[in-house]
Amino acid sequence: MAAPVVEAEARAANRPPVRERKNGRFSVHFAHYKWLYLLLLPGVVYFAVFRYAPMYGVSIAFKDYVPFLGVNGSPWVGVQNFTDFFANPDFPRLLGNTLILAFLNLGIAFPLTIVLALLLNEVRLSVLKRTVQTLVYIPHFLSWTIVASLSFLLFALDIGPLFQFLNNVMGTNIDFLSDPAWFRPLIVLQDIWKNTGWGTIIFLAALATVDQDQYEAAIIDGAGRFRRVWHITLPAIRSTIIVMLILAIGQMLNTGFEQIYLMTNALNREVADVFDTYVYFVGITQGAYSYSTAVGLFKSLVGIVLIFGTNWLAKRFNQSGLF
Amino acid sequence: MKIHNTRGGRVFDAVNYVFLALIGIITLLPFVYVFAGSFATEAEITRRAFFVWPEKFTLGSYEYIFATPAFTRALVTTILVTAVGTLVQLAFTVTMAYPLAKKSLRGRNVILSLVVFAMVFSGGMIPTFLLVKDLGLLNSYWALILPAAINPFSLIIIKNFFQELPAELEESAKMDGATEIGILWRILLPLSKPVLATFALFYAVGIWNDFMSPLLYLSDNSKWTLQMYLRQVTAASDLLGTGNVDPNYIPPEQGIKFAVIVVATLPILIFYPFLQKHFAKGMLIGSVKG
Repeated sequence: MAAPVVEAEARAANRPPVRERKNGRFSVHFAHYKWLYLLLLPGVVYFAVFRYAPMYGVSIAFKDYVPFLGVNGSPWVGVQNFTDFFANPDFPRLLGNTLILAFLNLGIAFPLTIVLALLLNEVRLSVLKRTVQTLVYIPHFLSWTIVASLSFLLFALDIGPLFQFLNNVMGTNIDFLSDPAWFRPLIVLQDIWKNTGWGTIIFLAALATVDQDQYEAAIIDGAGRFRRVWHITLPAIRSTIIVMLILAIGQMLNTGFEQIYLMTNALNREVADVFDTYVYFVGITQGAYSYSTAVGLFKSLVGIVLIFGTNWLAKRFNQSGLF
Repeated sequence: MKIHNTRGGRVFDAVNYVFLALIGIITLLPFVYVFAGSFATEAEITRRAFFVWPEKFTLGSYEYIFATPAFTRALVTTILVTAVGTLVQLAFTVTMAYPLAKKSLRGRNVILSLVVFAMVFSGGMIPTFLLVKDLGLLNSYWALILPAAINPFSLIIIKNFFQELPAELEESAKMDGATEIGILWRILLPLSKPVLATFALFYAVGIWNDFMSPLLYLSDNSKWTLQMYLRQVTAASDLLGTGNVDPNYIPPEQGIKFAVIVVATLPILIFYPFLQKHFAKGMLIGSVKG
């Protein structure tokens, strides 16, 4: 052992060591890099325990998990948990709720982000632009608990400022927080408030790279503001829009556990339940571990299919895909 | 570009500026109301629907919450968990990123692929919960820290950063007899201070705002963090149809809810100028390299 190490050290001192070490014996390599392997250890243990052990734990989706038997000891049941889920009336309800929220988000919040970015991009007064950006980015950093708490206060029955405002102006008595009809509008509104400003960053960065000469040429040709946006700006950021859309569709089923959970209550469960919160209620509070793991696995598999599917579609329509 | 504006263009600009200014103000209004309300008397909050400046200033709500043990305990807990969690995340991420930045290290590619795979696929809520339970971490603060000790995404970014530092620095340190750990500690870390500060902020905000981990792992309400406490205080008790309801629970006054929200928001607002600068940059790096 000792001799090769000395030899290796000698070589290391004389030449740039990086290249050829890959060809040597592993014991030599290991002895030389022992400190690096030592540094690597905590991270590798972390990934093994907290990332890969739960992936192995997903196998309980195909088992009837019994806590005292553990993941390995519990009996296999095949796809029983999945067939149970698909046969359960909860399944179409969850799928509907999740998809409606996802499409509301894609149809309202996503275009609004682009519109806000375009409007900000038209601002020539840099003080105003920076101030507005500073203000609209703030909500992104606040927790969903804060967002939910603000909503509870603002929309509260009788005492909430927005309740009172609408009551005074239109004479309505809307119970925003427990009326199931208002659940989705509130969720979308929260999403818009929290994320629209922040979402503009990526589009503003893309807008900054648009070739300014094209605008000058368009102005000479007599194109007005809107024509310039339509014919130059939008086509220039098309690939960014498509990439963001692919990402958004890939995330479609991730409705955001914290937000939905916080806004869920006994009265709006019918429209509020989505896959993420269902896994929590059925798994954690009711202890149906195997069944809820199957639900979670179904959701992530559909998510992966969605992201590859939209990427394939984007390529088919002759656009640059994500990968 | 020469500003050559038509009349229609000027009208558009004016409308656009007013509109954007309004958007900015509307975004901020909920805070201004809550901030003003936290210094107002309960009578004023009940009487006036909306205000941005209290008629009569009082610190009553703050005196009340800081005299409530459940609140102060949650606040201290959250500060400690955030501090320790941030350090743990930094330590785990840096020690793993440094060896992975060495292209000649054997096994590096295998480990990197496993890290990337963990970005795409995760075990999900229930298997992770069962693991934490089996490790005996339920109702332990480590359950809030360890499962998120390394974010694969920031690991890759920090690894790339180390990789781009000039190799000569390390070579000359090696000549002087420094070990790898010495090089990391005395040369790389001081050089990476701005990057690490950015990630520290990123981690701290994440832990401070985390609601899901305490919800999953801390059933003992004497261990609750600020976000859990905040939720308990602000959700109307009859709306808490989802567990964790104390039958003796009396709904708090509005001013108290306002004050708790302000305390939970303040650290984020104080660090916001740094966050804005670094996060915007970080998001773009991520989008280019990711």
